Amino acid sequence: MINIEQLHKRFGKNQVLKGVDLEITKKGVFAILGPNGSGKTTLIKTILGMVIPDKGKLLVGGIPINKNWKYRDQIDYLPQIANFPANLTVQELIEMIKDLRNHPGEDKKLIALFKLEPFLSKKLSNLSGGTKQKVNLVLTLMFDSPIIILDEPTSGLDPIALLHLKALIKEEKAKGKIILITSHIMSFVEEMADEIVFLLEGKVYFKGSIEALKTQTQESNFEHAIANLLTFDHA
Amino acid sequence: MQIMMDKLLKLLYCTLILFSVQGVAQTVEVCNTCEINSLKEAIQMAVAGDTILIKKGTYKEYNIVVDKPLTIKGENYPIIDGEDKGEIIRVTSDHVTIDGLFIINVGTSYTSDHAAIRVVRSEHFLIQNVVLEQLFFGIYIEKSSNGIIYHNKIIGDAQDEYNSGNGIQLWYSKNVLVERNIVQKVRDGIYLEFSDNIIINENTSTNNLRYGLHFMFSNDDLYTNNLFENNGAGVAVMFSKRIKMHHNTFRKNWGSAAFGLLLKEINDAEIKNNVFEENTVGINIEGSNRIVYANNDFISNGYAVKVLGACYANTFEKNNFLYNSFDLSYNSKINDNVFKDNYWSSYTGYDLDRNGIGDVPYRPVKLFSYVVNKTPETIILMRSLFIDIIDFSEKVSPVFTPDNLVDMTPQIKRYE
Amino acid sequence: MLKILKYSFFDLIRSRWSYVYLLFYLLLGCVLLFLNNDLSKAIITLMNVIIILVPLIGTIFGVMYYYNSKEFTELLLAQPIKRSSIFIGQYLGVALSLSMSLVIGLGIPFALYGLFQSNEIWDFVLLLVTGTFLTLIFTALAFNIALYNENKIKGFSYSILLWLFMAVIYDGLFLMSLIAFQSYPLDSFSIGATMFNPIDLSRILILLKLDISALLGYTGAVFQKFFGTGFGLFISIGALSLWVILPVYNIYRKCRKKDF
Repeated sequence: MINIEQLHKRFGKNQVLKGVDLEITKKGVFAILGPNGSGKTTLIKTILGMVIPDKGKLLVGGIPINKNWKYRDQIDYLPQIANFPANLTVQELIEMIKDLRNHPGEDKKLIALFKLEPFLSKKLSNLSGGTKQKVNLVLTLMFDSPIIILDEPTSGLDPIALLHLKALIKEEKAKGKIILITSHIMSFVEEMADEIVFLLEGKVYFKGSIEALKTQTQESNFEHAIANLLTFDHA
Repeated sequence: MQIMMDKLLKLLYCTLILFSVQGVAQTVEVCNTCEINSLKEAIQMAVAGDTILIKKGTYKEYNIVVDKPLTIKGENYPIIDGEDKGEIIRVTSDHVTIDGLFIINVGTSYTSDHAAIRVVRSEHFLIQNVVLEQLFFGIYIEKSSNGIIYHNKIIGDAQDEYNSGNGIQLWYSKNVLVERNIVQKVRDGIYLEFSDNIIINENTSTNNLRYGLHFMFSNDDLYTNNLFENNGAGVAVMFSKRIKMHHNTFRKNWGSAAFGLLLKEINDAEIKNNVFEENTVGINIEGSNRIVYANNDFISNGYAVKVLGACYANTFEKNNFLYNSFDLSYNSKINDNVFKDNYWSSYTGYDLDRNGIGDVPYRPVKLFSYVVNKTPETIILMRSLFIDIIDFSEKVSPVFTPDNLVDMTPQIKRYE
Repeated sequence: MLKILKYSFFDLIRSRWSYVYLLFYLLLGCVLLFLNNDLSKAIITLMNVIIILVPLIGTIFGVMYYYNSKEFTELLLAQPIKRSSIFIGQYLGVALSLSMSLVIGLGIPFALYGLFQSNEIWDFVLLLVTGTFLTLIFTALAFNIALYNENKIKGFSYSILLWLFMAVIYDGLFLMSLIAFQSYPLDSFSIGATMFNPIDLSRILILLKLDISALLGYTGAVFQKFFGTGFGLFISIGALSLWVILPVYNIYRKCRKKDF
């Protein structure tokens, strides 16, 4: 569903993506990992069309994305920093996003799940970070799109909300969707991900299942396996 | 002897008849189908004191000379058509009245000033209710006095100054009343040269090529309640003394050399209660002294007053200066004129003691008007913030403008 | 785009600043009219205010809105919406809400005062039209500045500089060059130079109404034609429209190439 070939991107002097090749055709949860500055967010933003690549091909659903915007209808995106127009209430924001996407959306169920009812008529500027993140999750997950991209979905969430989130991701996976996740919480990744895409210095350094990673690095612990990828490289 | 007696009797008889004719004025009728069908013929037939009544119709005549005291009266505006051949009516006798004629097609000439009606060396004339069109000169009063020009309408079609004439012209004439006339589209609406003690009242002079009203070498004249609109310049008063100008309106005299009122080398005049509205220059003053400007309204002019050259001992008091682009422009650093008790709409001072007089003196000359005098194109920067800033700094410490040019008693409320 | 415009607009008209701006104009209008009781004078003062203040507010508001709604913009960018729609929509939202504050804020006191029965109505309408043009232009310029500068401080500084340049410095340079070259014919130059500054253009448009008598005193044929006929009005309005279209087009062009 997502085909990336030789993707290059430079910000000023900083060459962030140096020829990323990535093909995600089957369904499941894909964790995009890598050290800070390895280009995770840039890659995600490129897929979303927010960053325009210098070189390379990028197809979503078989269609090249450059100068196209309708394909974003197939993607639900959870941004890393959740900041919203300060003057709107939660309810208005949800209505607005539904209106902009022209889809009904299952916001009721999610609001109930994250217990957001008391906040619906509050202005977004008055919410705590965790509540904002919950609103953020509602906005992302209320639509039924074939691709879901979650950038640090766990940040600020309380344990109960985290459980709900995991359940939701599993539910969506069961519906046969492609789900891309970036996260720094390795246990979360280990629990959720079917495959790991490891970025290093602007390239895909490793792609495969957790098992394959463990075998390749000869580590039984996932976190150690990741660390091994880094040290091995630097060695 | 008998023959002598007969002759004497005959003479006496004739004289008697003559006297009776003179005593009971006759009316001579003129119409297209009458026995007398021309004005010339009628004048010839008539005797002094007669009235010639011209019926409605068209009379193609020119060079008509009125050489005896007659009243020539038109009924329903008969047309006297000069067919562009020259002068139409010339009055050479005293006590002539011309009333209710429609005179057209005065001949244009480059050598002589043909007029629709010319009065020469006569007194006690009355010209009224006359309509003039397609004219060269309209009513021309030459060395004639004690007459009245009342309620006439002069509509020209002047295109260029060199081949057009004036609506009403007075030359070496005295004690004439010019009242309630309408003059349009000629060179000068009303022109006075060497004419003293003239009263000009309630006339409307508009759309003239040069001036609405023009004084040259004329003294002790009075003009009141007139309207001058959209002329090359409203009124020009030049080389004249003791002219009184009261209650006139000068409007919309627009153009590069357009003024509401142009004063050049005049002294001891009085300019009171006039309205100057939307003129490029309200009053343009050159070399004029001892003039009192009081109770006038200057509204939305480019320049309310523009002073050029040496002007001494003039007084501006109790005038309203309202929304003019420039209230006052001076081209020199010397000021000998007095400004007091005026209302200036652009005055921004305050009146803490509430006596109706602003506590801060007003400086009517802006630095920018000085800049525009030097470099006219800078006018395009008018009302720019930058200009306001330099105007303000000049106001605080005058460098280019006369520093004694202030109204120490600016009014807080405008005069009604 | 209309949806974005709608949301930006409603977001803005509920913000405190819109009210402050609206109240400022209401107050200004009332003070000018009811304390002075002089419509003509009020309009002249208003003109000075509009020519200086509207561009300033337009730039500041434009830049501020852009930077403040950055996260919101990113949220929108991930939605199936055209990029240009997002930015043009936001731009129009800001520009229109500012224009509305201006028109309503000044319109109410003037309407109460009985403007509609007076001769000054066209002067006033022209004033509002010019104010709206200036809002559209300077908000667009501000969006351009913000699009090119990720750094907030830089963006703010540039927009203040832009305002200062257009409102004061430009005219200073203009005046100096006119005085320096006064021995040459300067008609066409001065009209040309006016076209490159929207504040000057708006000023000219208002001069054509308020100071036509003074303008016609100048002898140059080019000036005569420009000020004396409908030509000046036509050219000024045309140039002002260009001043709106070009920056808006650049927003359109730039936002399609920019990374977020």
